[in-house]
Amino acid sequence: MLNYLWSALVILSILCSFFTGNSPQLSEAIIDSSAQAVELLLTMAGVMLLWSGIMRIAQESGLTEAFAKMLSPLLRLLFPKIKDKPKALGSISMNLTANLLGLGNTATPLGIQAMKELDALNGGSQTASNEMVVFVVMNTASLQLMPTMLGTLRQRYGSAAPFEILVPVWISSACALTVALMIALGGNHQRVLKRGGRWKS
Amino acid sequence: MEIIMPVFAGVIVLYGVIRRVPVFDLFLEGAKDGIKTLITIAPTIVGLMFAVALLQTSGAADTICGLLSPLAKQLGFPVEIAPMALLRPVSGSGSTALLISVFEECGTDSFAGRVASVLAGSSETTFYAIAMYYGSVGVKHIRHTLPAALAADLTALIASVITVRFFFG
Repeated sequence: MLNYLWSALVILSILCSFFTGNSPQLSEAIIDSSAQAVELLLTMAGVMLLWSGIMRIAQESGLTEAFAKMLSPLLRLLFPKIKDKPKALGSISMNLTANLLGLGNTATPLGIQAMKELDALNGGSQTASNEMVVFVVMNTASLQLMPTMLGTLRQRYGSAAPFEILVPVWISSACALTVALMIALGGNHQRVLKRGGRWKS
Repeated sequence: MEIIMPVFAGVIVLYGVIRRVPVFDLFLEGAKDGIKTLITIAPTIVGLMFAVALLQTSGAADTICGLLSPLAKQLGFPVEIAPMALLRPVSGSGSTALLISVFEECGTDSFAGRVASVLAGSSETTFYAIAMYYGSVGVKHIRHTLPAALAADLTALIASVITVRFFFG
């Protein structure tokens, strides 16, 4: 995907510069961009190291698991068919917890593990099960409670109150997640009806 | 709200101390992983900042914004964030690069800067997550996953504008 998009961006932009007459400025922009990229990376470096470190404490002390346990009643609602499958449910709840806490790198392997368990319950089918749709859709919505990187970037680029956007972020995320789940669960329901109420998973 | 980050860190460290885990050793271990992540994303950031610089300097971004601006005005939507909103579902690093350019052009505490921030915080790299998770188990028919995920992205975009208007007037 990015292969096409990146080449399209580069080629179309350069072509476009011939029409706008901005071609001469491009070489300076290219040089600046790499310097800016390194600057951005340095800005991100500190906060990334710091929070990776702190979140490791949360993981090893069992705080993440405690959090995941609090989620399980909610998960039984969203994944009614697998409420007696503790392994799959456990991986799902650990993945969602990692996402909530902003542990992107931990969330991914946990999510893949959850998908493998859902896949086993789905008989290795090439068609996504209801649970897979709900799970993947939740992972495409932002669940992060504490956007530390966003706050850091806002501060670095001159915000007077970097975290003033926190409540709007929560509300906006909640709206997006609600819509995603409504469509995911609604679509699942339709499938159940089509199959005369039987949908094994 | 500014108090929330120190409280968050404090609670985690305190919990670690109560549970008697080697708090600082764990911190160092985790931070070491942070370096790995940073090195992994460095080439992506450089490559995408390059593309974004071309997009903006060539006037292509202005052309896109120009085309979208009548519609954006009608909807009360800051047109400056259009490139970021379009790239957001595809690439996290790319949309970070565009978020920074909105910050530089309009300011972090401007209407566009705030909407861009809220959008960045309330959406995810949709296509990446779908490709990775389904790819990991060889599922090809993803049924209604894509419409549900894209509807979430669109909702995040609309909700960003509405919440910023509501909270910051």
